Amino acid sequence: MSNPVFSLKNIVVTVGDGVKILDNLNLDIYDGDFITILGTNGAGKSTLFNTIAGNLKITLGQLEHHGKNITNSSAVSRTNYIARVFQDPKMGTAPRMTVAENLLLSEKRGKKRSLRNRGLTKEKLADYAKITKVMGNNLNTRLQTATGNLSGGQRQALSFLMATRVKPELLLLDEHTAALDPKTSEHLMIATNEQVTQNNLTAMMITHNLADALKYGNRLIILNAGKVVLDVNGTAKSALTEGDILKYFIA
Amino acid sequence: MSIIVSSIGQGLLWAVLGVALFLTFRILNFPDMTVEGSFPLGAATAVSLIAHGFNPYLATLIAFVIGTIAGLATGLLYTKGRIPILLAGILVMTASLSINLRIMGSANISLLNQKSVFSAHILQHLPKYFDSVFVGLIIITLITLALIFFLQTDLGQAFIATGDNATMAQSIGIKTDRMTIMGLMLSNGLIAFGGAIIAQNNGYADINMGIGIIVIALASIIIGEVIFGDLSLNERLVAVIVGSILYRLVLLAVLQLGFSTNDLNLISAVVLAIAMMLPRLRHALKLDSLIKKGVSTHE
Repeated sequence: MSNPVFSLKNIVVTVGDGVKILDNLNLDIYDGDFITILGTNGAGKSTLFNTIAGNLKITLGQLEHHGKNITNSSAVSRTNYIARVFQDPKMGTAPRMTVAENLLLSEKRGKKRSLRNRGLTKEKLADYAKITKVMGNNLNTRLQTATGNLSGGQRQALSFLMATRVKPELLLLDEHTAALDPKTSEHLMIATNEQVTQNNLTAMMITHNLADALKYGNRLIILNAGKVVLDVNGTAKSALTEGDILKYFIA
Repeated sequence: MSIIVSSIGQGLLWAVLGVALFLTFRILNFPDMTVEGSFPLGAATAVSLIAHGFNPYLATLIAFVIGTIAGLATGLLYTKGRIPILLAGILVMTASLSINLRIMGSANISLLNQKSVFSAHILQHLPKYFDSVFVGLIIITLITLALIFFLQTDLGQAFIATGDNATMAQSIGIKTDRMTIMGLMLSNGLIAFGGAIIAQNNGYADINMGIGIIVIALASIIIGEVIFGDLSLNERLVAVIVGSILYRLVLLAVLQLGFSTNDLNLISAVVLAIAMMLPRLRHALKLDSLIKKGVSTHE
């Protein structure tokens, strides 16, 4: 097996009164992994994402990126290779800026933001019309609309595009379809799956939807009390049933 | 007629403050009290330097730089020191009162018989008060064009995104602390620059000239917004300039009613309060439908 892109080694994250939210967690993330993550509330799913993204300090243990220790690197520096889509549609886009402006902003991820004209040209807009069309829900007709005026589904689709405009080494999807109605949610999930597989993205997706967790991705992990209690991929994952998974939720 | 020309001239000169405050108040989305300190700081710096024989253009430029330092101080207190922005601004404003006294050496310095940017040869041939209009127009045009250019750059867009949604901005690698500090520096630099120009226009710098500055700058922003409503970002900058001129004309009208210049701060506050309440009042008094009825034909 090749070397992991990210490696979490004996990670402990505690909050305030010393409660361990992540408890000696070990996880290797390989190129091309599409990991769905299940776990009860408080199992440490969001903490895991915040830890990887650098928004939470690691109490003990080590986080490695291509074997290099990045435990103490800043969240902003990690955005050069880690992208994230949040659950709340309001969090992922700038509401007073247009769809096109948001996309252009995300294109400069990891690049210097200088005093050069941003270059929102006709060709750019035509390009954006194409990539937004793929996501469905008419986002392509609203390129010049302030994102604050978009529907939740359109905003999440835009957030997803912004996160992947510059291909990240790891894409964190934090229940990104959970705030949407069932139909919109399914729509975005299908589009997400297409994008992740077509572009060979390495992704982790938190979900509370067992069916989604089984249907999508090529690897599945279950968190419980800050530890990985199940980690399967390939045919073993395909063979899993909802019944198998539910066992882990009845403690 | 000449008092109207004078008001327009003042409106153009003071518009620099409105446009500068727009950067923090409307783009970064917070009220920056530093301006009450950086305005007299710019005035004190420029006037003192000119009184010591400095070239007035150079003195005005140095005032800008000193203003950016005040902005930097507030920015560091806010982002690194984690002090709430309102208090951080008040701290720097208070501190600059002492610094201004140090710079000036007294509470008041006159520019009598000194050269200023208003002494330029070409301005001497203009009718009375037109020098302010001329200088004001050139300055505000250059500043506004520069800001419009800046806001369309990658850096400017990152600055806007920081004020719009800091979480998102950080998630795509924008250093939001740096953007906030940059905005405060630019804004206060321009405010100090405005202070330098206005002091030269008045012919003196006074230790108390910063009082109520934020209200005046806010008034031009809010009046412009109330009158023009929804606009693009570039248009909003121009609306601030129009708002600044209208504010001066309102003051002129009020003074004509018999109020004295001592009442100016009270009047400024009342004008701003009314302008800020206008959208609500308009709704409460059903003014919009009344106006619509007023301009439509009889059915």
